Parts: sequence; C-alpha cells; structure tokens
Amino acid sequence: MPTETPLTKNIRPDLAPTDLKAYESNGGYRGVRKALKTAPAEVTNTVKQSNLRGRGGAGFPTGSKWSFVPVGKESPRPKYIVANGDEMEPGTFKDRVLMEGDPHQLIEGMIIAAHAIEADIGYIFLRGEYTLAAKRIQKALAESYEAGYLGKNIFGSGEHFELYLHISAGRYMCGEETGLLNALEGKRANPRAKPPFPQSSGLWGKPTVVQNIETLCNIPHIISNGAEWYKKLSHTPNGGTKLYGASGKVKRPGLWELPMGTTIREILEEHAGGMQDGLKFRGLLPGGASTDFLIEDHLDIKMDFDEVQKAGSRLGTGTMIVLDDKTCPVGMCSNLEHFFAQESCGWCTPCWSGLSWVAQMLEALEAGEGKPEFLEQFAFQTRFLAPGNTFCALAPGAVEPLQSALKYFRGDFNRHIQEKRCPWR
Amino acid sequence: MLTPEERQEIEAELPRYPKKRAVCIDAMKIVQRHRGCVSDESLHDVAEFLEMSRDELDSVATFYNLIFRKPVGRHVVMFCDSVSCWIMGCDRVREHLSERLGLQPGETTPDKRFTLLPIVCLGACDRAPVMMLDWELFQDLDPRKIDVILENYK
Repeated sequence: MPTETPLTKNIRPDLAPTDLKAYESNGGYRGVRKALKTAPAEVTNTVKQSNLRGRGGAGFPTGSKWSFVPVGKESPRPKYIVANGDEMEPGTFKDRVLMEGDPHQLIEGMIIAAHAIEADIGYIFLRGEYTLAAKRIQKALAESYEAGYLGKNIFGSGEHFELYLHISAGRYMCGEETGLLNALEGKRANPRAKPPFPQSSGLWGKPTVVQNIETLCNIPHIISNGAEWYKKLSHTPNGGTKLYGASGKVKRPGLWELPMGTTIREILEEHAGGMQDGLKFRGLLPGGASTDFLIEDHLDIKMDFDEVQKAGSRLGTGTMIVLDDKTCPVGMCSNLEHFFAQESCGWCTPCWSGLSWVAQMLEALEAGEGKPEFLEQFAFQTRFLAPGNTFCALAPGAVEPLQSALKYFRGDFNRHIQEKRCPWR
Repeated sequence: MLTPEERQEIEAELPRYPKKRAVCIDAMKIVQRHRGCVSDESLHDVAEFLEMSRDELDSVATFYNLIFRKPVGRHVVMFCDSVSCWIMGCDRVREHLSERLGLQPGETTPDKRFTLLPIVCLGACDRAPVMMLDWELFQDLDPRKIDVILENYK
C-alpha cells in the first residue's frame, strides 16, 4: 500500500510554492470550512483523539495543550495563537520546507487552531534568515485576506481572525516557547518562569498557544479526514506521519514524509541511501543537536516519541545528524557545545557559565590540551545542567549529545588526552 | 533623525501589535535596511520614537544576531558553522572565503565591499555546506562554486 503523505502532497521537488488556487484544487481549506461549523470543544477533542504530539521537539499532546486555554464568554481577550517558525535547531530543516512549499497549509492549520481556542489574533513567528519563506508567507497571507479567509467574518462564519507575520532577527532562544513570547513583545528572548503557562498568561498576559509549524500543518488533515484516519497513518500509537530528515555523510541527504514510527534503519538505509562509499556508520543524533547520540544497536528502533525515549534519546525534530567513522566525535561535540554556549541567553548561571566551560574544555581537547580531569568535569556538568536546574530546556538539551558521547565514544575522548592531539587531524 | 520614509515604514508595523515597543526589532531592521547598520544615533532615535529607554533598546539590539550595531560592507557573507555543515566541511568554506576576501570572520574589506560573518544553522542541512550572501541562500558549496558566486557581487 503506498504511504499517504498529507503534509507534503503539494510540495514539489524544486520547492516551488503552492498558490491559493492550487492549494484549494487539491482539497485545501476544506478542513477549516468543516471546523468552523463544528463547536470549538469538538475540534479540540478530535485533535486530542488523533494522538497528535507537538513536532517542535518536546512532543506534548496538542489537543491537551489547547484544552488548557480558558474558553467561553468570560475568558480573557484577545487570545493568541502563535506558529513557531524559529527553526534554528542545528541539523533541522523541515519547517522551512513546509513554509516555502505550502504556506496555505500552515495558514489553514492556524485558522482551525484559532477557532478551537477562540483566538482573535495569530502571529507566524519566523526566523530572520528564512527570507524565501517570508516572501511566500506574505504572498499567501495576502491571498487569504483577499479571499475573505482572514480578517473579519472569515468564510462568512461571523468569526474574526487576524493573522500576521513577525520576522525575527536571529537567536536560538526564540524557539523556546516563552522566549519566543518575549521576542514577540520586543524584548530579549529570555525564558519566562512557568507557571503561569502561556495558555493562561502568554503574549501581553493573555491566553496564548504556541505550536510548531509541522504540528499546525497536520491540523487541516486531521479535521478533514478524522482522528481514526490520522492514527492509522502511523506505525505506532503516536498519530500521523512525520517529516524525517538525514544530514551528514550519507549518500542521499534529504527530507521524507513517512509514517510515524518508521525505523531508523529504514530512514538511514532506504531513504538516505546508507553511508557514503568508504565510510562507516558510528552514530547519530536522532532529532537535532540537542538529542542524545544513538549507535548501531539502536538502528531497529521506531522513530517515535516513546521508542526513542526508551533508547535513551529523544525524537526531537526527527531530523537526524549522522556521524561517520572519519569524523571526530569529540570535534562534533565541540562544535555543538560552542553553538549552545553562544546561543545561551545568559539568563541563568548554570547555563551560561556551565556551557561556556564545557565548550572551552572541548576546544582544549581538540587542540591537544586536554587533561584527564576534564572527563570528571564533563560528567559533573552534564548532571549539573540536567532538567530542573535551569530556567528552560536549552542547557539540559545542550548536554544530551555530550553525555551520550561520553558513554559511546569514551575511547575517543581518552585518545585525545593521551595523544595530546585530535587523532582525526 | 529618522527619515520620513523610515518613520512611515515603522508606523506601518504598529497596528499589528497592542504595544509600541513590540515593533522595536522591526524598527531596527528598517533602519538597518536603509543605513547598513544601527548606529548609536539611530538607536537613540528609534528608542525615542518608540518611547523606550536607549539602554533598553540596546539590550534588545545586542541580543539578536541579525542586528548590526557596527557598520558592515555592501555585501554580507554569512557562512554556516553549525554541526551538519561542520561535518560536511564548513572549515574549508571558511578558509576559502577568508583567503578570497582577505578577511577573518567579523572583518570588513577596506573598500567596504564585503563583511564576513559566521551564522548558525540555516536549515538547509541536506545541502551542506551552505552560506547566505545578502540574505540569499547558497547551498552545496565548494571553493569553485564560491568563486563563481562572488563574481556576481561587486
């Protein structure tokens, strides 16, 4: 049976954008018409039943997230829906494809989400470097306003929804839900304390839901085809399809929409074509820079939230970064921790201080100046920066690749110290 | 002083947000588009226009990678140095750019033609290594391809 690919069915290999006419002729804006005739609570319920979990990395059940928003006449106004298009997790390139290739799908998902939580205003929060996506979203927004799908009395339903594009100016922290809200308010993207959660007190203190781009793009299909259909797309209890990607020295790096729960082996060997000639597989980060390494033993696990977690890592963004046997794992960690130390917002001490220390030690190791006590220090820092010790998830995520590298590639760390050089150079 | 054009562009952003300061990043990007960077004087003018303190606005300006507080060249070359590009050889890209332009990252050519900067993951990891030149993405880079691209930016 051929696999269904609802998210990418309109996306062409050259990423030429789908305009309003093409989108509608392929079933677009059907889900929203159905949703607007359905009670908001029922829409939320369908999303809950679909088992859709957030595609930004944390995997929180989307329907549950919506159900925490106060609804009804007494609820605070305005309420907001925000699309998180600040894709800046190194190794991740899925939301860009969705925004460039089929911007109307995102808009439709946002209108439905807005209806479900009774949001009045929406923002698409886009990272500044995504200039092509910005142009295409602008054009799609203009088309939707022109057609009466956005603004006052959308689709003749009597409901109003304003949707704006906000183009940011580059900083990894903007991808963190509460950092993003600060950025949208024109502040530094420092994280906010939780609780209160954004669903009750978000943008300008009003109820707000922030969702990843891929998550929102799933919504029209769930509403059009139903929760049962959506669940059946998946190989596992986590519903739907998933955009999986591979980068690094594989034969065919790329992005594929596959059933949720496709095995790592299938993605790596069938879709990415295996390793480049002359190279051997050593490990991979399954879902972006802030996930733990997995190794050969893990190739047959299913790429969904639960299975990857059982293997000691996280599905994250589902875009894997592959490490080959001619690339230095310590150098790779050094690159990763340099990124996280640089992008730490500086708000809490364990993060800015711990990560820059870790990054400096890794750099020293690569330069042949490593000392045996570094290994103890790495182990200490990875515990010290674990969840619960910092304001947000940046630092705990940052040490995930390091803690697992220490487990799987310990010999490589030792060689750097003993030989006083990087053996790969 | 903000030019009438800059004021108009900033004002056009205001209706999308309930608070004035929310447009401060947009406002600085508008100024930067017209003048190349956000100087101390421009920062002051934008802060005044949005009823913010200068320090408050500067704390925002210095937080975001794409707001330039110092002058840059006519063309800004930003090479990705994040993990997938690192695996695929972004060090070679950086070395070649440095050699061709005679610049270390963070520097501008004396003729103000090019500025070279590192940038974080550009979300095109399947086509690594990549760079942005004047906000346009270039993928699958190698030294020869870089030479061909640079020829188009005088």
